[in-house]
Amino acid sequence: MDTILLQLLNGLDKGGAYALIALGLTLVFGTLGVVNFAHGALFMLGAFIAVSVQKLLTISAKVRDESITFFEAYKETPYLELWWGDTGTMIIDMAVPISIIVAIPIMLLIGLIMERGLIRHFYKRDHADQILVTFGLAIVLQEIVKALYGANPIPTPAPDIVSGSAQIGTFLGLSENLVYPWWRLIYLGFSLSIIAAVFAFLHMTTFGMVVRAGMHNREMVGLLGINIEKRFTIIFGLAAVVAGLAGVMYTPILPPDYHIGMDFLVLSFVVVVVGGMGSLGGAVAAGFLLGILQSFASMNEIKSLIPGIDQIIIYLVAVVILLVRPRGLMGKD
Amino acid sequence: MYTSIDPSTTKKDTMLLTAFTLVVLTMPLWLAPLGAGYPDLLQKFAIFGIFAVGYNILFGLTGYLSFGHAAFLGVGSYTAVWTFKLLSMNAIPAVILAMIFAGIFAAVIGFFSLRRTGIYFSILTLAFAQMSYNMAYSVLTPITNGETGLRVLQEDPRVLDKLFGVEAQGSPVSSIFGIQMSGYSGFYFCAVMLIIGFYISLKIFRSPFGMKLQAIKSNQTRMEYTGYNPKPYLLTAFVISGMYAGLAGSLMAVTDPLAGAERMQWTASGEVILMTILGGVGTLFGPLLGAGIIKYFENIFSAFNEASLHEVFAFLPDWLENIVVTLTHPFVGEGWHLTLGVLFMLVIIFLPGGIMEGGRRIQAKFSKKAATAKE
Repeated sequence: MDTILLQLLNGLDKGGAYALIALGLTLVFGTLGVVNFAHGALFMLGAFIAVSVQKLLTISAKVRDESITFFEAYKETPYLELWWGDTGTMIIDMAVPISIIVAIPIMLLIGLIMERGLIRHFYKRDHADQILVTFGLAIVLQEIVKALYGANPIPTPAPDIVSGSAQIGTFLGLSENLVYPWWRLIYLGFSLSIIAAVFAFLHMTTFGMVVRAGMHNREMVGLLGINIEKRFTIIFGLAAVVAGLAGVMYTPILPPDYHIGMDFLVLSFVVVVVGGMGSLGGAVAAGFLLGILQSFASMNEIKSLIPGIDQIIIYLVAVVILLVRPRGLMGKD
Repeated sequence: MYTSIDPSTTKKDTMLLTAFTLVVLTMPLWLAPLGAGYPDLLQKFAIFGIFAVGYNILFGLTGYLSFGHAAFLGVGSYTAVWTFKLLSMNAIPAVILAMIFAGIFAAVIGFFSLRRTGIYFSILTLAFAQMSYNMAYSVLTPITNGETGLRVLQEDPRVLDKLFGVEAQGSPVSSIFGIQMSGYSGFYFCAVMLIIGFYISLKIFRSPFGMKLQAIKSNQTRMEYTGYNPKPYLLTAFVISGMYAGLAGSLMAVTDPLAGAERMQWTASGEVILMTILGGVGTLFGPLLGAGIIKYFENIFSAFNEASLHEVFAFLPDWLENIVVTLTHPFVGEGWHLTLGVLFMLVIIFLPGGIMEGGRRIQAKFSKKAATAKE
């Protein structure tokens, strides 16, 4: 029972990340009709915004270490600590939450520049060209990050108060051994709320309504005198923000390196295709579904039954679904 | 691109092939002044040339973008190394068996993947290739030797070699009837394979079969209306290009008896796509050109470091030299992929037909100028 619940949480957690990336991919595909292979790179950029914020906050000065008296010793102390003492330490501790606020405008800007500067010219070209040019862009972004930050993963810890584990077992009246890292619970809640926010935005605002109408019939909306292209550009920016935030929040779970985006991209594409290209609900559902399947497949009991299943389950499911339901779980023809 | 089959093309093709053979076989001579005349790199040119030529038969002719060809490359490598281990260090059975196995593997994957088109096809091939890659790392470790990679050992059985009384001394090297397949002899073996591969691809381009593949690319529905079922042609093309990849993989093992799972990763598929696009999709020579250029510059660029950059730009005034070196430094050495990415984007944006189209455009401009000058 405990293990099953834990694996379910693990799956939901991973699924949350998949769903967030897949949601952005689907938004872009549904509105602009563009297959964006650089979407994983946006996730990676988000993660490295968190890294940069942390580095900025911890810019340090060399200070004489008073505790060592028999020779001159120095230690590095961040300026923030020097200036504001404990408040400064707290700010540094909060690097990841602060990054979220920083990441929103930056990712929006990156998204808008990307759309206006590159993607716009590829609306009318075929999907293969779109895949290839965004693939090229992904390589470029990835290599720039590698040149700036090096090839090794950079640990970016979560704030201290949430670094421990939650006693969910005691809370639910189950076994005491059932504990789960706080940050992962937060990630789950975060991804759910972002997904809810995106859906609310699309379904409850006039802007969202126009966008949905545009996804349905772009020309008609254009004929009604609405500048649909401009709105689609904003949607691309929004998708970039979602991917970036997913990246920022993921840093405490997995220290980011430059190819984290590619790793997630391949899986997210599988998720999108399983959900059905262009179906937002499908992307989210498939994200969670595949996340859960993957975490259950990595249980020892199942691995001993079918060796290696944890490595291939996602692809296997994707192949089966694509062959049985060509348009994915919730795709329309 | 669309050629008709008439006697004059056949004659031209013979000329083309003769010229091609000469150019390939003299590569050590004319590449030496460019700093690329050593066997390691030459082998790479030939091997990746084969890979790209084969990929082009699928992507160039039918327009199906596969992200899974690295899997066939890997299967080819593993089969070749296993042949070395079990049968003989002779390269010929290894190459033949590798092509057969890669062909079977491609037939299975193609049978499923080709039920879908467009992005769905790409994702299916990607999914199959990633599955193979992940399995090569985990469950299939007894066959693939996991992360360490599969290598030839002295105490391997090698049934055929024992039968003919051939004893391997030291670490075994592949050979053809006594000629060791390393250095230049290795290159010439690869080169002969490349020429044969190119000849077959030329024949396919010119054949009715090739025309049907092109028909699939230009309008599949119309082709169906004319009474052809595209599926068998697609699958044949897929298997053929898979066998080319298997051949390339086996040659990698022939020149260096080792096989690792990283050859199957999807980035390796990405590389062959880059080569094909850069040179020119659907052209005869484009993919070869792309493979050559990428491998050449990979070699040159990754050898640079900050000190050698300073040497190159030493003729500039000091302050300018420093600026230029700082600006170019991220693009060389470790950052060679950055250059590749930028180059690739530029080609897709401005020159979708690759270098071959660029050449054609320049040629067209000149011939126009010549024509106006005559008038």
